[in-house]
Amino acid sequence: MLDLHGLRFRAAFFHSLRSFFVRQQFLEVDTPIRQPLLLPELNIEPLASEGWFLQASPELCMKRLLSSGCSRIFQLCNCFRKGERGRLHLEEFTMLEWYRTNADYEDLMADCEALLGSLLADLSGMDLCAVSNGSLRAGERVIALQPPWERLSVHEAFARYSPVSIEQAMADDTFDEILVEYVEPYLGVEKPLFLYDYPVELGSLARRKDGFPHLAERFEFYINGIELANGFSELTDSHEQRQRFERELELMDDERRQRSSMPERFLEELAGLDRAAGIALGVDRLLMLLMGKKSVGEVVSFAPADFD
Amino acid sequence: MYSAADLRKGLKVQVDGAPFIVTDFEFSKPGKGQALYRCKMRNMITGNQLVQTYRSNDKFEKPELEERKMQYLYCQDTEYHFMDTENFEQIVIEKEHLGDNVNYMTDNMDMEVLFFQDRPIDVSLPMFVNLAVTKADPWAKGDTSGSDSKPVTVETGYVLQVPPFVDEGDKIQIDTRTGAYVTRVKE
Repeated sequence: MLDLHGLRFRAAFFHSLRSFFVRQQFLEVDTPIRQPLLLPELNIEPLASEGWFLQASPELCMKRLLSSGCSRIFQLCNCFRKGERGRLHLEEFTMLEWYRTNADYEDLMADCEALLGSLLADLSGMDLCAVSNGSLRAGERVIALQPPWERLSVHEAFARYSPVSIEQAMADDTFDEILVEYVEPYLGVEKPLFLYDYPVELGSLARRKDGFPHLAERFEFYINGIELANGFSELTDSHEQRQRFERELELMDDERRQRSSMPERFLEELAGLDRAAGIALGVDRLLMLLMGKKSVGEVVSFAPADFD
Repeated sequence: MYSAADLRKGLKVQVDGAPFIVTDFEFSKPGKGQALYRCKMRNMITGNQLVQTYRSNDKFEKPELEERKMQYLYCQDTEYHFMDTENFEQIVIEKEHLGDNVNYMTDNMDMEVLFFQDRPIDVSLPMFVNLAVTKADPWAKGDTSGSDSKPVTVETGYVLQVPPFVDEGDKIQIDTRTGAYVTRVKE
């Protein structure tokens, strides 16, 4: 639970996020939190609400807005994922998503660098900020936040840190375990890092990389071993998107009860979309780092424990 | 049955036929990936550590554990004899399974005995026990060697460091979690 001091810092942080996007001519949107249908995502369990669902991400609505003609949009909203509780997880958390047309994942990486620079300019003088002179104090570490940040492909990251290659990890179905155990602890420890070019199976809404059809133009951004954002060049081929959803829905059927169906209207409207890119950033995690805290529960107004 | 989502610090689960207690736990979920439940666990019989990562569809048996109130009666060589204070059933636990606990156990002491599948695997003693000092060197007055503690032996044969004023025949209180001297007690 945040005290008045903390609430002020959180509010200043939100204000700074918003003013960055407004200056960049992004339109702020607010789409419904409760929806009848979510995009099929194998590893996300939604929270049900009277037969509908609380959103796990505003992605579906925001991409529909892109299809309808918006070119730069952002949203700060609450999202819900059932059963996700831990130092870096809350079942209800704050998400920042932004989308732009005529852009790809490289443009989003540049956005991330610029966004953090703008946040630091606004916040680093404040009492609670763990950043001074462009350096973030994270426990024993000092992390230099100035751009350019490091860039490391998933392939290279596995070659460098994992006991097995990325190909082997995919074949063994141990990608997640190895990433968490062997790779993530080294990401973004000297300066922020973009981990990019994921196996295409791991980016169900991401576009294939030109000339490398086994890779998706997807990236994640890390500071101090903590994943902060997931972005990608949007897959806008509605035919291929349908096939990817079919595969995802099949896996979901195998694994759990059916709870999702083909988002037909989304696919229909996607056909009208050209090049685009979008990203989701975990706002509470970024605030946690900027405030030098160890868990996201410390930087929200109320964590579940505050209701005990 | 427990599922991986039930895992938390202190939970007792059965893994490969043995009872384990979770000593450290972290939830993680890489972006777009699956939920991972990373655990450190201690085997409640052998004390061995196990570090393991589970997925949400992993399941665990509840270990068949039961705590019974018992009285420690006496020991004969390496056999420690206990009696259930409710049904008067008597059991024997081998010394090697009692670990450091034998340092603090005196005849007729009440304690809880933990059973796994009807096999005794551990005892929990009171947090503090009072034991008589059976051997102590007298405190040499004027000893200025600077030492502010000395070793004594208590009735169980356990040797520990105490302040110099403790004498043979005194009763002292010992913290069973650390094995350290707490205070001298008057009876």
